[in-house]
Amino acid sequence: MSAADWTPAWLWLAVIASGLYHGINPGMGWPLAVSAGLMQRTPRALLGALGPLAIGHLLAMLLVILPFAMLIALVEWQRPIRIAASLLVIAFGIYRLVDRRHPRALARIPPTQLGLWSFTVAIAHGAALMLLPIYLGLCREADADRGHEAAGALINANFTMALLVSVVHAGAMILAGGCLAWLVYRYLGLKFVSRSWFNLDTVWAASLVLVGAVALVLAS
Amino acid sequence: MTMRPDPTFHASPKLAMEAPAENFAYTVLLSPDHSRPDALAVIDVKRGSPTYSKIVHTVTMPNTGDEFHHFGWNACSSALSPLAGHAFLERRYLIIPGMRSSRIYIIDTKPDPTQAKIHKIIEPEEVFKKTGYSRPHTIHCGPEGIYVSTLGGGGKDGTDGPPGIFIMDCETFEVLGRWEIDRGSQTKHYDFWWNLPRDYMVSSEWALPPQFENGIVPEDLLSNKYGHRLHFWDLRARRNVQTIDLGANHQMALEVRPAHDPVREYGFVGVVVDTTNLEGSIWTWWREGGKFHIEKTATIPPEPAPKDKLPPLLQGFGAVPPLVTDIDLSMDDRFLYVSCWGTGEMRQYDVSDPRKPKLAGSVRIGGIVSRAPHPNGQAFAGGPQMVEISRDGKRVYWTNSLYSTWDDQFYPQGIPGAEVMAIAGPNGGLELAKDFWVGLPDGYRAHQIRLDGGDCSTDSFCYPSV
Repeated sequence: MSAADWTPAWLWLAVIASGLYHGINPGMGWPLAVSAGLMQRTPRALLGALGPLAIGHLLAMLLVILPFAMLIALVEWQRPIRIAASLLVIAFGIYRLVDRRHPRALARIPPTQLGLWSFTVAIAHGAALMLLPIYLGLCREADADRGHEAAGALINANFTMALLVSVVHAGAMILAGGCLAWLVYRYLGLKFVSRSWFNLDTVWAASLVLVGAVALVLAS
Repeated sequence: MTMRPDPTFHASPKLAMEAPAENFAYTVLLSPDHSRPDALAVIDVKRGSPTYSKIVHTVTMPNTGDEFHHFGWNACSSALSPLAGHAFLERRYLIIPGMRSSRIYIIDTKPDPTQAKIHKIIEPEEVFKKTGYSRPHTIHCGPEGIYVSTLGGGGKDGTDGPPGIFIMDCETFEVLGRWEIDRGSQTKHYDFWWNLPRDYMVSSEWALPPQFENGIVPEDLLSNKYGHRLHFWDLRARRNVQTIDLGANHQMALEVRPAHDPVREYGFVGVVVDTTNLEGSIWTWWREGGKFHIEKTATIPPEPAPKDKLPPLLQGFGAVPPLVTDIDLSMDDRFLYVSCWGTGEMRQYDVSDPRKPKLAGSVRIGGIVSRAPHPNGQAFAGGPQMVEISRDGKRVYWTNSLYSTWDDQFYPQGIPGAEVMAIAGPNGGLELAKDFWVGLPDGYRAHQIRLDGGDCSTDSFCYPSV
């Protein structure tokens, strides 16, 4: 097999890895599941909290990716769209590096609205943007196999891919976050919450810039 | 911005109790006649230290007439909220409002408490302009930043509009604006606190500025015109959802102390005086079926006294009211400490059953008539007032002044500032520590105490103690 054949596998790995990365980040919500389990004194509440957290994250992914699923059906515009998407991700990463303030609006979301919280946090921190270049890469690989099909079929294929990428990513995210929440709830104890919490702001912003830059190189 | 959460932030009250003991007690000093600037004293409370129970550093302000009273931290354990998603603040700055001047001082306590210094001063005009409130008072750090309660509205005497709460940024200390969206029938303010995961706030009422700034107004008190209601708020929606009237004779509902463990949906409030019988009282509020309820759960009777031993204000009554001016709840929510500033008593109630407080300990010191001395022989003027409990619940600190102009009415012979400490037994019982006596500089009185690393009236928690 040539190196090119491995590309989709690497991209899928990136979808899963970014999911795991988001999942273990306390900022994406696993401590909320611990809190739910402890406040309601039942592990079922912990599991119950994972549902809305996963759905919120999934919807945030789809909101960002779906418009691009339609756009890249315009085959002759694919390259500029890829470049624009990469630049968007890089720009957002740089913005997060420069502006370290956290959006105050997030503090207004009540603790009962876990799904809304998860969605808003993923959008505000650019979690979905991080997935965008990977998604676009996968679309290109798929399209290369198929050749030039009708635009309608292409959009369908792109939509399916968008759904698949988002579900796999959100699945990996909630698996990692859920496991960590369970470990803390059952074995590690609450001390782990403050002990394990590292400031990922810089790493996170740098990840965005990195993902965007790699995509930019591949697109041009 | 730090790489790790501040080591003094704790996920649960239990973890806070297990943390290392306090080394320093910050205490605000006020110059009651405004002849000198108010100050912040840093007191060594580390047992065995050569400067134990002594002031080791003083930050003197550049203005006079501020009137320091309560103060608080820029950040506390509430920063570990799973909703905040960002725990990288430092417990570093003390926010000290001048309740007469409306000026706010930000004091930097790093790199060491003994080098504390002024970091920023927010002038009164900024508070007036951005909030329409005046006379800032209680400080809490929470989901939207620093919450500051105020006692006055706009205008010279603070009666142009109701007082309320405003928000400050917890890093830049910029005044951001009013907190309330819908205040309901709330027109007076004093203390407030909350249950973060349950998303509610409770606030209390003292009085409007003309009722306290120049002294207590006896006619207003006897006609029940001081505050006597509690307000319950939807914290994130910033709406008043319920108001409960304790009955007009229950004058001045002051300190609000919710259980620290967020699983427990109850708390306490102290009422200074019942105008029908001079009793002080403790009330327990709780949430059940989505509604808040409250009942009087403990009363403290007045003590008869001969007229010639009473200040003019009380001579007509022939008795000393206990005057419940401060209460504080231990971190494990087991003991409630109640200051009886009039009779000179610090009471300790076992509140394991929150609606049936049981008297578990008591210390007599000071008092309008009894004037009980400290066990070390020193005279203690005034009575037990602002009380603060160590995180582990073993040490209870308090000072002796209430409020400049009120001190003069109840204790006309004056109140030299003092700070003492009592040792609490593991199953109740309270005894003054003979070796802890902080003599404060002449001409100064002392008010609230804050312990380094957090204490029982600053930190709010987002996870239960399990």
